[in-house]
Amino acid sequence: MSGRNQAGMRAKRAAELTPLAAASRAVALAFFVIALFPGRIVRADEHVNAAEDMNYASPLELLLSPNGARLYVLCQQSEEVRVLDAASFAVIKNIAVGRVPRGFSLSPDGARLFVTNSWDDTLSVIDTGTLAVAATWPVGAEPSSVVEDRGGKRLFVANRISNDVAVLDAQTGVEEKRLLAGRGSSYLTLSPDGSRIYGTHIYPNPPRVRTGLDNRTAPESEITVIDTARAVVVDRMPLHAIAGVFHVALSADGRLDAVAEYHPKNLVPLAHLEHGGAFEDTLTVFGADVGKPVEVPLDELERYAAMPFGVAIAPDKSLIYVTCGGSEMVTVIDAARLLHFIHAHPEPFARDLSASANYVVARIPVGRNPRGLALTRDGRRLFVANRLDDTISVIDTRSDRVASTIQLAGPKTVSVLRRGEQTFYTARYSFQGQIGCASCHIDSTFDGLTWDLEPDGFGRDIVDNKMLEGVKGTEPYKWNGGNPNLPTECGPRTEKYFWRSEQFDDLTLTDLVVYVRSLQPRPNRWKLPGREMTPAQERGQALFTRDVDKFGKPIPETNRCSYCHSGPKGTNQKIFDVGTQKPTDNSGLLKSAPLTAIALTAPYLHDGSARTLEEIWTVYNPEDRHGRTNDLTKDELNDLIEYLRTR
Amino acid sequence: MKNFPLHCFLTIAALLAVAPQMLQAASAASAAPQVLPRYRFENFTTANGLPDNHVYSVLVDGDRIWAGTENGLGLYENGKWTTYTTKDGLAHRAVLSLALDKRTGDVWAGTMAGLSRVSGGRIDTYTQLNSGLSNDVVYSVSVEGENVWVATAAGACRLNIRTGQWTLYNERNTPMIEIWTYGVSATPTKVYYAVWGSGVLEYTQETGRWDKYEDPDGENEIVLFKDQGLIHEIVTSVSYVDNILWAATYFGASRYDGRYWHNFLTKDSGLPSNFTNTIKGVDAKRAWFGTDKGLAYYDGVNWAVYRPSLKDGKPEMTVRDAEGKVTPIAVTTAPAHNYVLGIDFQGDDIWVATAKGLSHGIRQKQ
Repeated sequence: MSGRNQAGMRAKRAAELTPLAAASRAVALAFFVIALFPGRIVRADEHVNAAEDMNYASPLELLLSPNGARLYVLCQQSEEVRVLDAASFAVIKNIAVGRVPRGFSLSPDGARLFVTNSWDDTLSVIDTGTLAVAATWPVGAEPSSVVEDRGGKRLFVANRISNDVAVLDAQTGVEEKRLLAGRGSSYLTLSPDGSRIYGTHIYPNPPRVRTGLDNRTAPESEITVIDTARAVVVDRMPLHAIAGVFHVALSADGRLDAVAEYHPKNLVPLAHLEHGGAFEDTLTVFGADVGKPVEVPLDELERYAAMPFGVAIAPDKSLIYVTCGGSEMVTVIDAARLLHFIHAHPEPFARDLSASANYVVARIPVGRNPRGLALTRDGRRLFVANRLDDTISVIDTRSDRVASTIQLAGPKTVSVLRRGEQTFYTARYSFQGQIGCASCHIDSTFDGLTWDLEPDGFGRDIVDNKMLEGVKGTEPYKWNGGNPNLPTECGPRTEKYFWRSEQFDDLTLTDLVVYVRSLQPRPNRWKLPGREMTPAQERGQALFTRDVDKFGKPIPETNRCSYCHSGPKGTNQKIFDVGTQKPTDNSGLLKSAPLTAIALTAPYLHDGSARTLEEIWTVYNPEDRHGRTNDLTKDELNDLIEYLRTR
Repeated sequence: MKNFPLHCFLTIAALLAVAPQMLQAASAASAAPQVLPRYRFENFTTANGLPDNHVYSVLVDGDRIWAGTENGLGLYENGKWTTYTTKDGLAHRAVLSLALDKRTGDVWAGTMAGLSRVSGGRIDTYTQLNSGLSNDVVYSVSVEGENVWVATAAGACRLNIRTGQWTLYNERNTPMIEIWTYGVSATPTKVYYAVWGSGVLEYTQETGRWDKYEDPDGENEIVLFKDQGLIHEIVTSVSYVDNILWAATYFGASRYDGRYWHNFLTKDSGLPSNFTNTIKGVDAKRAWFGTDKGLAYYDGVNWAVYRPSLKDGKPEMTVRDAEGKVTPIAVTTAPAHNYVLGIDFQGDDIWVATAKGLSHGIRQKQ
């Protein structure tokens, strides 16, 4: 999720703004940004202008038509599919789709183009003959990817929020069932023979044991393998120590397959970035040519491949291409050399920074935040969608150079928000370009991991990574409230403890802060329309706001849910000790956590020790210090949680 | 008519009413030994790979057989057993109940310490601490559509697997007196719960309303009026098939068609014991019974019992016709043990969970 829906909506509204109104807003925003930085005044006024509301395309994914004549470009921010002539790159048509489209695919015969609209939970069905939306079907929560089976019988849709793959009738859109997928189910790929679908997910699966303290475990992810004919999950390929799995690519013969992924090192202090990095950026390769699945690094010392996302395999399976969104390049792998290396070297070598020199043959600089890619049928041209500068790089695969860059139609000016987002997604500011904000805040959200951040020793002050949506107005920041504002959080703290490298200049920091503050919560799928609530939610709300316990005893104000978690974002921004301090914590004082999108952001508590909302109270509130809850029955606690999910 | 006693009239009327059934019964009785199914039982124990000989539950999933044992969840596939334990994420080693989501192929396992979902080899576990599950002791589970219905030691609950919402049912929102739910059978129209000491609870999907069926005689182990209602309050298992409720209790079994009850006791049926652990309906007429004294089959008229002989342990099959005539049938195999806890069907075959092994009854041509 780019989190740019707000910008997208603003972009649509921008057309209605008069120049005067736009200028007035820009000036107001400039004063506001300056006010944010009392100790570090920046020339925000030069940066903040009417471009704030610009309607960027933000190309995310690419597809070539079966005959190679058309290039389909999924534009996330302008919320459309742009159809280009694949030879001249002339625009054939722009087709408006739903909110924040995230994934698309063609039917096997190329007659229909399916688009998942992640923020309005719909699927757009585009007739590629007329280039018009033929149908819009309601689907699951945050649909992110879609594929159709070879027979045109079923559609499979990955739903990020409900962590499943919905199976739909391909002709009517009626949902048949949902298959359990990995957490944050996001990307689907149909095998060349059509018999299998490979699904990936961006957040790690829930751990089997509680994650706090001595039982912290490495994240576990999976590739969900679906039998297309039966529409059932037949296998789950484990991805050990992986959190953040993106596109899968399969060779034409199905014998060489690869998936792009993040391998976080969250069990050791992140402060030691210069001593080995916070992430490995890796591929897991599998298939008959490989044998047992093997994780291989893309990184090389001082040449990191941060945020791998898209994968393509040459038709003759000689080369593998990987877009690296943070490093702003395409990594090219010689498949034969890779297989030779894999077969010659026993595992594990995922953390060996010297390994990739054996098979990475080129690192091709492209635009900002490269994501989706498409290879022509002859394998000679590779198209790369550069999401944050609205361009498409056309790579000549024989020379491994960018032959041309297609500029998509749109604003020519780079707004503060756009600059901030570029800063957020690049790895250029960290030591050796290893990581960026989006390494941990995947798609501007969170990563479902707990981290050991500060240089206070191994295993001290473990903290859960927080959701960024709705972060505006919830200061102070950090779990202990140690950072008074976002400039401090995003500036000195990030630079010192995360980047271990150069400081942002003031303008860059301004841009970044403005971007982070712009991130709005996604639509809450647990809320009914309007102010209506289910009976369970209503009962839960009454428990949330109660001031007397079930025995008639008054609950002290500071021990009521609604006191600490007050206000629209569910925090009164004050510091409390709710009895969750662990022996490894330096203090039990914590800022009351916002409740924004609380249903999505497991694990919980400052150290992620509660795997679920229930565990906050069933395990970690024995003395009623985190609210009076031990008088509740199990069904009442369930009601409370049903209410919290609406926040 | 004036001099015709009322009781004579009623008797004739009753005889006329039951005449067709009696004729049918007489016909079936004479054919009973021939028509009742015969099986060759192949028994699995730890000696040939079963995780444990105490088998609480069995589930047929196409060619695959799942066995819930006291020491892990066993999967029999392609002639080999695989065992899933707590190391694989199973909630507890003792697997009391199993249910299949036929749409997705996921298997739900109720254990002594939570509910586990087995999906494509991955096991996710729900407990009373990490989820909305009402209690960790899960005696029974049943899947219907996107709802998983669960019977626990502290009430019933329903998990909607699409929304993740748990709904609990207990003495506060149902007619349940005791909250020790022991069995559940969920269908698109009705959901039935077997409640230990509180009869049978009925949930109507359309209205969301709960009703209750109790033993009209109360908790007495005396049956005053045999077919007046549910045979006993201590209900262990329910099975709802073809609009017929089959209920097992520790003091006999019952069949309910929505209007009339018909009860089964050892003294007037072929049920080998009133201590009935489990019941599974085949259709409106036929059902299987798992008791502490063997496995029994009822075809609507006749009974068959399959077990190791109570006297000498040798394989035994007996057939009881409508007139109560018991005919021994020569067999060479029997279920692994008389104490039967679980039953499932695989085409014409039957799988039986017993206290000393898992049995595969292979239907024999007759």
